[in-house]
Amino acid sequence: MGRTDVPERNSFYGPLESPAVDAGWDESTSRMGFFTDTSVCIGCKACEVACKEWNLLEEDGLSMLGMSYDNTGMLSADSWRHVAFIEQKVARKPPTDLGMPQVGPPPTQVDPQNMPLPDLDATTQSPDGPVDVRWLMSSDVCKHCTHAACLDVCPTGSLFRTEFGTVVVQEDICNGCGYCIPACPYGVIDQRKGDGRAWKCTLCYDRIGDGLMPACATACPTKSIQYGPLEELRETAAKRVGHLRESGVEEARLYGDDPDDGVGGTGSIFLLLDQPEVYGLPPDPVVTTRDLPAMWRRAAMAGVGMLAATAVAFVGRRS
Amino acid sequence: MTTQVPGTEGTPEGGRLAGRRFGARRGGRGGRGGGGRGGEELQVPPAEFRSYYGRAILKPPVWKHDIAAYLFTGGLAAGSSLLAAGGQATGRADLRRAGRATSLGAVLASAYFLIADLGRPERFHHMLRVVKPTSPMSIGTWILTTFGPASGVAALSELAPLLPERGVLGVARRLLGPAGTVGGWGAAATAPALATYTAVLLADTATPAWHESHPYLPFVFGGSALASGAGATLISTPLDQTGPARRLAVIGATAELAGSHVLEHRLGLASEAFSEEVPRRLMRAARYLTAAGALGAVLSRRSRVGSALAGAALLGGSLCTRFGVYEAGKASSRDPRYTVVPQRERLDRLAEQNGAAARTPDGRLLAGDHVPQDEAARRPRTEP
Repeated sequence: MGRTDVPERNSFYGPLESPAVDAGWDESTSRMGFFTDTSVCIGCKACEVACKEWNLLEEDGLSMLGMSYDNTGMLSADSWRHVAFIEQKVARKPPTDLGMPQVGPPPTQVDPQNMPLPDLDATTQSPDGPVDVRWLMSSDVCKHCTHAACLDVCPTGSLFRTEFGTVVVQEDICNGCGYCIPACPYGVIDQRKGDGRAWKCTLCYDRIGDGLMPACATACPTKSIQYGPLEELRETAAKRVGHLRESGVEEARLYGDDPDDGVGGTGSIFLLLDQPEVYGLPPDPVVTTRDLPAMWRRAAMAGVGMLAATAVAFVGRRS
Repeated sequence: MTTQVPGTEGTPEGGRLAGRRFGARRGGRGGRGGGGRGGEELQVPPAEFRSYYGRAILKPPVWKHDIAAYLFTGGLAAGSSLLAAGGQATGRADLRRAGRATSLGAVLASAYFLIADLGRPERFHHMLRVVKPTSPMSIGTWILTTFGPASGVAALSELAPLLPERGVLGVARRLLGPAGTVGGWGAAATAPALATYTAVLLADTATPAWHESHPYLPFVFGGSALASGAGATLISTPLDQTGPARRLAVIGATAELAGSHVLEHRLGLASEAFSEEVPRRLMRAARYLTAAGALGAVLSRRSRVGSALAGAALLGGSLCTRFGVYEAGKASSRDPRYTVVPQRERLDRLAEQNGAAARTPDGRLLAGDHVPQDEAARRPRTEP
């Protein structure tokens, strides 16, 4: 403690009190983040639009993806918020014809030219109870990890930890080496075509410094996206998930709130209503840098092996 | 059910409905919860894992083939400079000269590939503004920055005899010899780092096939570097000085083949990425070429042509190994299976261990997604 020049034990992996302090900032600014409560997301995409407007992100494809209402597809260099739409049929077993006597008109031959319209009642009121559609919507964003692989591997120092504990790319430094892109365990950061540099959510670094909320949180009409000090957000999230579970929404769960997880907890936490992978999120991501010391050890062993092999090759018969 | 949007059909009540078996093209492998694999299976696919419309979770590397080519040229530079240093130490002048020349050529090609691959090539020097131990690319930059000039001086010193004996150039002529010796040793000392850091470069990513390879990849790349350096020597150097290169070819090729075998078979699910279409072809070509090259290196002691062919095979094998590993990584990041399945299994195991097996009504483990902190049981910090 007190020594900021020597990395603490958990600088690369494990729970870390404050990533900003670990990066050399003083303790005067609290860590800021997002809490995205997907249980109240209505899929309006105001966050996507507000983000694009504020950050002047380019149009990156106007295509119909055939994925429910999702035509953004994924987070990318020009989409820093991405609303996922998941339509789930809350289906029970299909009704079984038990050959029981029926009330009503006798069955008639179906004329193929004149097929009857689907009978809505037949599907919503099957003998096993109602069939329903559950529509999950969730606005994804950069996780601003406690242990951010993108930042760890950046060879230019372009990616840096802000005083708010967030992770931001300095576009005047980035030289487009692309290393951060496969390093991110969430597949967030991406290279902008034609520009060559890497881009991602800055948690509106140019707003929060002036006391403004990030554009997406400001635009969100249902408070699905909440912005604030991460500690408070974690409490809010814990209360909310508790409330939902008590109310019978057993599948509610938090994602990214656990400082013991593989990335030391994230700055963007989520309340999800299904497994993370259903939303396109990795179920248990681990920062790749956790294994870096082991990797260097193995490389050193292999390197020593190369020297030894060369020495062996030159010993022996002269030829 | 079959017409439903993939990956979305899982519902709390609906049983294990979700997840078409994305990417699971080969029957019998990785098929837990399998069930029959007849035509019927298409109707009700077994739930292997769930995903968002089968979309990749990770972003595949945006690197072009420059980087795969660099893996090869960097290794070639390293292997050649080790052989050149050996030649330098044992008085094999032709071996030394050829090794130094190959090394410089390969390191120049490396620099080209690395800069060409940048999104902003004119900013390549931004790499030089920090030294960052957490970034293998930063460390690699400094390794190259050390190796390159050393290799360059060593190679240039071979031109000394062409300079006049008198005047300023005469001084240069006298200085170049010792400078070349220092450069040669410097390059050789840095060579193992140059050859093996690239393995860490790939492994230090979330790309499943690369990351899971990390205990073995340095040996594959180290062996591949030696084999390619030996291969170049077999082409460039007169027979009477190629003995060490032949021995090194056998050692390097053995490490390369054994290591590749581990990558292809011992990494669990990640190994399957090596048997996707493109990487499988490359790895197979690498296997045949490297084995043929090593055998040829032993058998061609009396034939310059045979030696050259063996050398070419070793070079080709090394090139294919690098491209194979590179392509396997790309394949593994395009398919969410490689990301979701191991992570989900890890979570389920953890939840079982903690006895915190809260389940959704359909029986899926829930607690694994949110392990309560008071379950003092911390996640296992796996040391590989």
